Amino acid sequence: MIKAILIFNNHGKPRLSKFYQPYSEDTQQQIIRETFHLVSKRDENVCNFLEGGLLIGGSDNKLIYRHYATLYFVFCVDSSESELGILDLIQVFVETLDKCFENVCELDLIFHVDKVHNILAEMVMGGMVLETNMNEIVTQIDAQNKLEKSEVRMENAIIKEGSQHDDNLRMICSFHCLSFSITL
Amino acid sequence: MVVPSLKLQDLIEEIRGARTQAQEREVIQKECAHIRASFRDGDPMLRHQQLAKLLYVHMLGYPAHFGQMECLKLIASSRFTDKRVGYLGAMLLLDERHDAHLLITNSIKNDLSQGIQPVQGLALCTLSTMGSAEMCRDLATEVEKLLLQPSPYVRKKAILTAVHMIRKVPELSNVFLPPCAKLLHERHHGILLGTVTLITELCERSPEALRHFRKVVPQLAQILQTLVTTGYSTEHSISGVNDPFLQVQILHLLRILGRNHEESSETMNDLLAQVATNTDTSRNAGNAVLFETVLTIMDIRSTAGLRVLAVNILGRFLHNSDRNIRYVALTSLLRLVQSDHSAVQRHRPTVVECLQETDASLSRRALELSLALVNGSNVRAMMQELQAFLESCPPDLRADCASGILLAAERFAPTKRWHIDTILHVLTTAGTHVRDDAVANLTQLIGGAQELHAYSVRRLYNALAEDISQQPLVQVAAWCIGEYGDLLLEGNFEEIEPLQVEEEEVLALLEKVLQSHMSLPATRGYALTALMKLSTRLRGDNNRIRQVVSIYGSCLDMELQQRAVEYDTLFRKYDHMRAAILEKMPLVERGGPQVDEEAKERKEAAQLSEVAPAPTESQASQLLDLLDLLDGASGNAQHPPLLDPSPGGALVHLLDLPCAPPPPAPIPDLKVFEREGVQLNLSFIRSPENPALLLIIITATNSSESDVTHFICQAAVPKSLQLQLQAPSGNTVPARGGLPITQLFRILNPNKAPLRLKLRLTYNHFGQSVQEIFEVNNLPVESWQ
Repeated sequence: MIKAILIFNNHGKPRLSKFYQPYSEDTQQQIIRETFHLVSKRDENVCNFLEGGLLIGGSDNKLIYRHYATLYFVFCVDSSESELGILDLIQVFVETLDKCFENVCELDLIFHVDKVHNILAEMVMGGMVLETNMNEIVTQIDAQNKLEKSEVRMENAIIKEGSQHDDNLRMICSFHCLSFSITL
Repeated sequence: MVVPSLKLQDLIEEIRGARTQAQEREVIQKECAHIRASFRDGDPMLRHQQLAKLLYVHMLGYPAHFGQMECLKLIASSRFTDKRVGYLGAMLLLDERHDAHLLITNSIKNDLSQGIQPVQGLALCTLSTMGSAEMCRDLATEVEKLLLQPSPYVRKKAILTAVHMIRKVPELSNVFLPPCAKLLHERHHGILLGTVTLITELCERSPEALRHFRKVVPQLAQILQTLVTTGYSTEHSISGVNDPFLQVQILHLLRILGRNHEESSETMNDLLAQVATNTDTSRNAGNAVLFETVLTIMDIRSTAGLRVLAVNILGRFLHNSDRNIRYVALTSLLRLVQSDHSAVQRHRPTVVECLQETDASLSRRALELSLALVNGSNVRAMMQELQAFLESCPPDLRADCASGILLAAERFAPTKRWHIDTILHVLTTAGTHVRDDAVANLTQLIGGAQELHAYSVRRLYNALAEDISQQPLVQVAAWCIGEYGDLLLEGNFEEIEPLQVEEEEVLALLEKVLQSHMSLPATRGYALTALMKLSTRLRGDNNRIRQVVSIYGSCLDMELQQRAVEYDTLFRKYDHMRAAILEKMPLVERGGPQVDEEAKERKEAAQLSEVAPAPTESQASQLLDLLDLLDGASGNAQHPPLLDPSPGGALVHLLDLPCAPPPPAPIPDLKVFEREGVQLNLSFIRSPENPALLLIIITATNSSESDVTHFICQAAVPKSLQLQLQAPSGNTVPARGGLPITQLFRILNPNKAPLRLKLRLTYNHFGQSVQEIFEVNNLPVESWQ
């Protein structure tokens, strides 16, 4: 089971944090700090696996991380997951982000963190791997984005229509009033 | 007043623009105030934007709990945009510890049954992330319905949600077990992946499910085969391997199903061989599959040839240049070392090489594996390597390494001298990292090895002379010098270069320890006592020692002061007793001062296992091991006399320790025999905590004019009971009410069978030999009920 997925930059600023087990807010921030501390100490050409820090469950859990330019992608997993498999999963995740954002960089993650959450939700659910086929994931995300956009368009159209309708209504009202007053 | 609120992007820009932490906090607090106001009376259409901003600041670590209710409102809205942000908010802000989380159950229910597919997906995702046990119970039927829906998108999510539900509410396994077999026939990889995960979870939770799912092994094998043999498929291929995630998951499940099951294992053998040999290992994905295959081969009942293949694959990977591969190889070998020790031993040299790795993760794994590989035949070589490692290893591994070496040395030490050398070396290299009982163990060990006293004290003296900072070493050294100071000064010693040690040097060294600021109070205590002991061991006059002792009589440390004052008094008023008090200590029994606590613990353990209908063999052997541990090196004189292998007996014998006798239960005494002034009485003792045990004390008294000599009493009980006779206090009862003989019988009666007792007495009285055999009548009922 995947316990947590964290993305932070070289200075420890969190860019995405998703926990699959209930931790209090304080604990979550402490975990992010502790993980950054452990991972940033590592050299460039060592293996990508680390024992988990105390807060995340100690030596039963592992931190599997990949360092891309300015970002660390860290998956905290327990012993039932295949380490090499998770490495591949991180790679698939990053490639999917790349496809969705077109040459993704840190700024994309900063300004569109909700979209990153949506993409992640299509890959990992409840701490388990849901889908690893990049095309399927991207198709789904596109469909959902379209749905949102069409909703917004519809609403704008209704508002416009509504304001026009209001104008018409006002004209009719005033006409009636006029006719009424004339009758009077 | 309408305050124009920032869009999310603008807020982020502003936060990034902040130069200091304080500035950032200010920006965020201002914005949070806006968000709060907007939640209260702002435009509902823009609510999702406000929540999105709130979630962003939440990620940075600022409080966001006031957004929880907004999540509920957004989820209940009919717009997809709202729901998307609302559900995300629920996942991030709500969890089972907040009561508010139950309020979304209804919305989720509606969305699951009536929503469009993306909405169903959102609901399932949220449920599987933060669903509590109550929510899962309420929504189980909805999720079950979705398992059979036509759309694969919703189905795969429903399956994983089912896994989460089973984790929270194990009873729901019954609900989700039936659909699994059918789901395995699907072709969609997402569904297959979810189903295999679900089956794995079900099997891990209940043995019946495990048995039930053994029948799908052929089908799983078929799926795996198709994956492996099908050529390149663009859809699911990762670096040329066809859906490695699904392959790994299936292999994991096969491992669980094939464990300890001949038939299933047999079905898998060929397939595993095929996967092991055909997988392309040039990239990470192939290696992931290969490792999983190796683990599965080793765990099921595979053929010998296959196992050899698997271990060789691991051995090959130990030489791989990729560090990740080496790490996983070491981890896998660690898992195998218990079950296939000899196979892993073959790779010992490579493992030991890995100790030299600069990568801390790798060297830690190598250390664990090396310690697991130490056995009687390679202990010397391994210890050398491990000690070399200890000298250069990173500080966080020191403690583990030191304690590992000490443990291994204890188990496999070929000679006592080697053992002492090893411990000494560990103490000098990593003294500050050893566990507290290392000192006690070493003194115990040295004390027990009489022939090595001189050698030990020599080496310790040399070590101490070089370095007085490592506290455990200083403590042991001080103790030894105190005990064996006379041997130290003798100087004639073949094994180490002869070292002429002067008395003054020894005293100076101990004083140095006493005065050093590095010494802990406990260490000072050791040093002071050692000095005192030397007053009887050394030949010179004791003025120097007396001086030191009297100085410390005004030391600020309570313990030291007390000792010093006592020793000083010893010098002044009780000098005649000094030699006797300070003579060489007898061997400290390991069980020594902790006997009472241990007796209590074991009594409780014995009671607990008496409650169980039949103590299992492993329990008994574990308890026996406990005994072995106790009297391992010290030859405990209180080792219980009879240690028969029957489990019940072993448990009771543990109670045979020098603790206070159990309080006498009020069973009346019984006079069983009388002849010419010789009387035999039985008194019964049963303790309420241990009703199966009955203690009978027989007392033989003599009121006649002639002594009773050569008194022997023997007893017999029915077969269902166990009897143990202890040695009598004597075999003579002097005449005219002389000191009676007492003897203790222990009777074990776990089945509460009726007690019957037959006694046979033989003794000499009035110059004649008397023999009496009789059965004891009128045994009180309380003695066995």
